[in-house]
Amino acid sequence: MSGTRCDVLIIGAGGAGCSAALHLALRGSRVVLLERGLVGGQASGVNYGGVRQQGRNPAELPIARKSREIWGRMKALAGTEAEFTVTGHLKLARNDAEEAELIAYLDVAKQYGLPLRMVGRNALHGEYPWLGPKVLAGSFAPEDGSANPRLMAPALARAARDAGAAIHERTEVMSYAHDGALFHLRTVRGEEFSAPVLLNLAGFWGGRVAEAFGEAVPVKPLSPNMLVTEPMRYFIEPNLGVVGGNVYLRQIPRGNVIIGGGYGESNPGEPGEMPWSRPVPEATMEAARLAIALVPELEGAQIIRSWSGIDGQMPDRIPVIGPSSTTPGLFHAFGFSGHGFQLGPAIGAIMSELVLDGRTDVPLEAFRITRFAEAG
Amino acid sequence: MKVAVVGAGPAGVRAVETLLAHGIRPVWIDEAMDGGGRIYQRPPAGMQRDARTLYGFEASRATALHAALDAAKARADWRPETLVWNIRPGQKQLNTLSQSRQGVVAYDAVILCTGAMDRVVPVKGWTLPGVTTMGGAQIALKSQGCGIGRRVAFLGSGPLLWLVAYQYAKAGAEVAAVLDTTPFATKLAAAPGMLRGPATFAKGLYYIGWLRTHGIRIAEGVTPLAIEGDETVAGICWRDAKGVEQQVACDAVGIGWGLKPEAQLADLAGIPFDFDDVQHNWVPRRDAAGRTPVAGVYLAGDGSGIGGAEVAELAGTRAALSLLQDEGRAVETAALDHKLASLARFRVALEKAFPFPAHLAVSLPDDALFCRCEGLTVGDLRVTTTGPTLPAPEMNRAKAVSRAGMGRCQGRVCGAAAAEILAAKLGCSVAEVGRLRGQAPVKPIPLVAAP
Repeated sequence: MSGTRCDVLIIGAGGAGCSAALHLALRGSRVVLLERGLVGGQASGVNYGGVRQQGRNPAELPIARKSREIWGRMKALAGTEAEFTVTGHLKLARNDAEEAELIAYLDVAKQYGLPLRMVGRNALHGEYPWLGPKVLAGSFAPEDGSANPRLMAPALARAARDAGAAIHERTEVMSYAHDGALFHLRTVRGEEFSAPVLLNLAGFWGGRVAEAFGEAVPVKPLSPNMLVTEPMRYFIEPNLGVVGGNVYLRQIPRGNVIIGGGYGESNPGEPGEMPWSRPVPEATMEAARLAIALVPELEGAQIIRSWSGIDGQMPDRIPVIGPSSTTPGLFHAFGFSGHGFQLGPAIGAIMSELVLDGRTDVPLEAFRITRFAEAG
Repeated sequence: MKVAVVGAGPAGVRAVETLLAHGIRPVWIDEAMDGGGRIYQRPPAGMQRDARTLYGFEASRATALHAALDAAKARADWRPETLVWNIRPGQKQLNTLSQSRQGVVAYDAVILCTGAMDRVVPVKGWTLPGVTTMGGAQIALKSQGCGIGRRVAFLGSGPLLWLVAYQYAKAGAEVAAVLDTTPFATKLAAAPGMLRGPATFAKGLYYIGWLRTHGIRIAEGVTPLAIEGDETVAGICWRDAKGVEQQVACDAVGIGWGLKPEAQLADLAGIPFDFDDVQHNWVPRRDAAGRTPVAGVYLAGDGSGIGGAEVAELAGTRAALSLLQDEGRAVETAALDHKLASLARFRVALEKAFPFPAHLAVSLPDDALFCRCEGLTVGDLRVTTTGPTLPAPEMNRAKAVSRAGMGRCQGRVCGAAAAEILAAKLGCSVAEVGRLRGQAPVKPIPLVAAP
């Protein structure tokens, strides 16, 4: 067999793929990472940048905790902290039902060791005088924060390459095969790669890789609608969210305010085609309206850019993570349903543990790929 | 049939005029108050200056265009002071902003006549108060009747350099120097080709001759070194063609190296872009008749590749005729197509006479400021090719790592020079480093509580 032979092949150079390449390379594996576009080109690179544990699905919290630990040593690991800043995350309630939901989550947080405190009706506007009158209460997670998504995956990729991983950008895989011992991949330019282990970390397109190995799952494209303002007075320190998630915003020390909310439009494309995604003006305007209700001072700030990207969304809003049910040596982690940026670093670590140790301490049962078939 | 025309410069005016003549009343949108485009921008009401003073040799062309503009305004669905900040080609919608109010314009076909802007190469000191682009300097004169300074130096290359210097001198400003970065020999070599457009060529020679006979300091083949001053412009220094450092005192500098298309709407419409080696610009793909690969979207004027005002008028007419042809109307285009082809050949010669000085961007020192919005130096951009992340192989990652193009201008000002700097550092062509992806809004729009 001609082509490149290695220990582990990885499809998809988002945060998870780059982290997996790094963790495996650091432990001596010969890794080749194949990326159709550029590193961090889709969900990992164009998302909101929230490094948030509060509010996660309880099944995800052990991974989120593990990832938060890695975020804390990102500079040592990847050479840059990718602007990771621990500002805390303040989740806001705008009515009684939302407030009740915040209170209920305090127990979940306690169970998983996540520091979280309620900021009640009396304290909220004293602590955050810039919040609008319609905001009633909040819960504050002091360990959460945000980072620059444009930097994270390229930084991890750089570190992975320095550790010996081979990273091939603009290299789309067109065919997948497994001969019982090795995976054989062929790219759009006809290059061939083979390895005994294949990691499917391909975001939305991970569904197609899974399908190639006979385990199709109901993954849909997810395109959050994002916008950013011109720089203004820096005053919003915590990363802000709301119960229900219809708007979220954060300000960077440079002064720009990044606002997410609603959904853009996208087309993931057929194999060989370039995907596209774009924001939807109505979603941009609605996010602006909701953001002003949270922070009235934002009214009149100038929007300088809006954008979207493509993530994979599963019906139950949690990813697929774990070994293939059809093919030994194949491991999946995709369909992060908008949660992948914070989780990505840990996913890479978990993948390296599954490959090299055959186990991981993090419970993955909830993320098994067979759950959709079981549900019938 | 719902037709929209964006822009009321030379291309937009002729496009609308043509549509009206064939019984189509378009929605006609322009950012300015009174149309005319940048080249034929009119002074505000109440300012009395005759066309000859304002537009010189172009007076009769300007007067004719203004007459057509005013006649068409009355018959079209005219919407001045309106920004088109987004286009949705799938839904066939334009998103507009006027007087802080959002709007949506539905179309079956749209002609984008979005014009051009100055192409700038950073020079040390180019962000000092008193430095203006060449086009900006001209607009100050045309629409406000004032200059950018009392003693003004002009630095750049291209027809506008000579024209604006001439207009300033005629208006009574002291022109401290005209500094052309293109060597005389380059222009001479292109002269035979420029004879294809004898009127334009003759005008250019006239301006240069006039400036010379009036004793204005002229230097060709210069290498700019710095615009100097503490709080504001105090002078400019350069290295002359013989390698000798020169300096002149001035209180303002106009800079510019030709134009680049304002093609963001074409980008958002999903039209592919190609790098035009002759213009040294990224241009949206279209045929000579203004048709694009995107159904229902037509392009005309400098926004679809720099051709100048005369070409823009013809191209505006032609794009409207294409739209009509695609509707099954029989229209005559042979003479127009012939004229456009002839002018396109002249344009090639003109571009060869005033090539984009990529070497100036490439040779900028690391500490020169190139991105005004984000306050970035050339060194900040160059370092993206080595770290701290995976090296930037193209503009968009260089932007991600350095913030170049993330400010208010979204790369409209710094993008061209940034691409040169990055390409030189990577050792590849400027086409290979690509271009910054466009995203809405085309220009900043406010966050509002009630749309």
